[in-house]
Order: sequence, then C-alpha cells, then structure tokens
Amino acid sequence: MDLYQTLGVSRDADAAAIKRAYRKLAKTNHPDLNPGNKAAEERFKTISSAYELLSDPAKRARYDAGEIDDQGEERRPQQSYSSHAEGPAGSRYRSSDGPDFSDIFADYFRTGGEAGGADPFGRRAQRNPRGQDRSYSLDVDFLDSIIGATRKLTLPDGKTIEVKIPAGINEGQVLRLKGQGGPPGREGAPAGDALIEVHIRPHPLYRRDGDNIALDLPVTLSEAVLGAKISVPTPHGTVAMTIPGGSDTGTKLRLRGRGVPAHAGKPAGDAYVTVKVVLNPADVELAKFLRDREPDGFDPRTKLQEHV
Amino acid sequence: MTREDLLSALPGLQAERLDLWVARAWVRPDEGTSFAEIDVARVRLLVSLQDELEIETESVPVVLSLLDQLYEARRQLRLVRRAIDEATTADLRAAIAHEMQRLANERERG
Repeated sequence: MDLYQTLGVSRDADAAAIKRAYRKLAKTNHPDLNPGNKAAEERFKTISSAYELLSDPAKRARYDAGEIDDQGEERRPQQSYSSHAEGPAGSRYRSSDGPDFSDIFADYFRTGGEAGGADPFGRRAQRNPRGQDRSYSLDVDFLDSIIGATRKLTLPDGKTIEVKIPAGINEGQVLRLKGQGGPPGREGAPAGDALIEVHIRPHPLYRRDGDNIALDLPVTLSEAVLGAKISVPTPHGTVAMTIPGGSDTGTKLRLRGRGVPAHAGKPAGDAYVTVKVVLNPADVELAKFLRDREPDGFDPRTKLQEHV
Repeated sequence: MTREDLLSALPGLQAERLDLWVARAWVRPDEGTSFAEIDVARVRLLVSLQDELEIETESVPVVLSLLDQLYEARRQLRLVRRAIDEATTADLRAAIAHEMQRLANERERG
C-alpha cells in the first residue's frame, strides 16, 4: 500500500499537509468515535502507521528511496548504479561521444593478428571495418567541366590519383572514387572512398547556364546593320555563324548543340550568342556621315516615357 | 519492471519526473516502458543526484554524459584486464604489474 495514497496526499506534500491529512482522516475513523466499527478501526490503524512513518523525516526519506517498505521493514538493498554500469548492461548507456581508445591500441590491431578482428576500442571500427571516406577539393578548368577530362590529383600523403571528370559536371558536384579513401579498419575489408568536390574556374568568355553556354559576341556597327558571317569560338572549336542584318546589342542567336555535349541521357545543350555592338571610337567618317544625315524621327526611348 | 512497479518501489518519485527523464532519454527503458535493473538503478541515481546532491535539472545532462564516459572507460579497462588475464601467464602478469609500477613512479617523479 502506498502510504501517500493512504493519507490522500501527493508525493511531494510537505510535513504540514501530511499532518492536516492525517488529522482529518483520524477524526472520521477514530475507534472511540466509531464504537463496534471494525472497518473503521482497521483504517485508523493503517492511517496511524502511515503517518508515523511519513511524519518522521528520516524514515520518510528512506521510504521514498525504497529502502524500507510501508511497514518500515528493510527492503532488499539495491545494487548501486556502478555495479550495473560496469557490467555488460552498461553499454545501454554508452555515450555516443564517449572515450575512444582506438588510437591508443591501434597498432595492436592493424596487423590483424590471429584473431583478425577489428580494434575492439574503435567505436566505429567494430561495426564498420571499412576505411573512412576522405574529402578533397579539385579545381577544374571551365572547358574541362564542359567537355570532360582526366586530371591528376595529388593527395596529402603523396599518392596521386586519376580523376575522371565527366562532361557537363556542375560546380560543387562531388565525385566518389571507390577505394581511394582511408585504409580499412581490418585486413580484407574495403578501403574508404575519396570524395572529390569539384570547383569550376570561371572562363573569361563563357558562362554556364544549365547545359547551355552563353557568350557575348562583339560586332561592328556595319556587321550588325548589314549582317555578316563571323567566326565564333565555342568550347568545341570555332564555328562560322551568320549574323542576320538588323541585329542589335542584346540580340540572342543560338548555335544548336554547341553547349554541354550529350551526357547521362540528356541531349546536348546549345550555345547562346548575345550580340554586342561595339563602335570604333576612331571612326571619324561615321561621325561625319551621321552629322550630315537628316533625322529619321526614330525614338528608342518611347518605352521609358511610359514609365515616367 | 513496469513504470507502475518502479513508481511504487520508489515512493519519493513523482510520475511526471520519471516520464520527463524517459522523454529526455536520461533513462532508456526498453520500448520506453520496460525497466531493466540498470534502468531502475539509474532512476535511483537520478533521484539522488537531484534530491540529495541538489544538482540543477539543466546540469543533469552534463553530469550524465561525464558519468557515461567514465563508465565506458571503466568497461574498456575491464576488457583490457580480461584480455591480459586470458592471454598471459602469471609470470608475464607480474612483469606487467612491475612495469606499470615503474612507469607510475617515473611519472610521479616527473
């Protein structure tokens, strides 16, 4: 029987509350006030012994701690936490960031030995003898990122590995090289992987837009007005492109299939050429011609007026 | 032991506190309800940490983490001890003991 329930008080009731509860119950169940009532007499006994125990702070503390029972009798002493924690059950409360002694004994286990097991101290090694993955970073030229390339990467330990850069790789993309990472935790287990984060160096001409390439094409005024056939550089070599007459700064022309080549099931991207008219500052003849010319009434700023 | 058994074995423990400890994973009974002996012992430890040593609730995780690390270290050391017992002869153990003493003295002298 729970002594707190007997007195009808909560477990954290203070001494005064326990006393009040006892007095109230004692009054209603007192044998002298209930002559011949056996049940009341029993209740009175129970209430009294509960109060006797709970009103004594030392006994109450021992009762709370489960050291004595509701009769005040000693209970079987409990084993300390440490006796459990140091046994096999203790691993239930293994701390995830706890001590890792694998470094101290690492050389004992590296050779494999007869048991051939993983380092028993290594928290990870036991479950996963595979070597650790190692991360590296590799800067790649823009053109290599478009058409693909093979590059050598020298690791901090002096080892050189070949990295195959697939066509159309994106900035920040990570290449996983199987088995090029850390050595395995146990002989016969696989090595870790090398994870190579690719960074693309910007190009002075080209910009990347998904699988498309964009570039600005400077043209003279007469090429823009009259049209022309112009050699345009692309990542795949120079292409002869026809600029139609009447092209302007900002006119966008497309070179189909001249962007990122087809890869991973995706069709080849295109190259977008943006025309940029560049005046020859030394062209005095043009200035002279324009000065003598009748105004034609064309106003390129009508749109601006609408928004004023 | 069920939650109810545990509460009646520890009359000083309010159910809300026990539930909070389980919710915070300070105590990790199986399926959240079945308390093994070590869980019960840990609950007693928590009661005495908080009620007797008056450790603030915010500080309990730090104390538990350090304790768990300490016991992990002690379990590891017992493992070393067992391995030495099983892999060596009495002669060799005496040599190890001697060497440990020598190293300890050396360290004390600085």
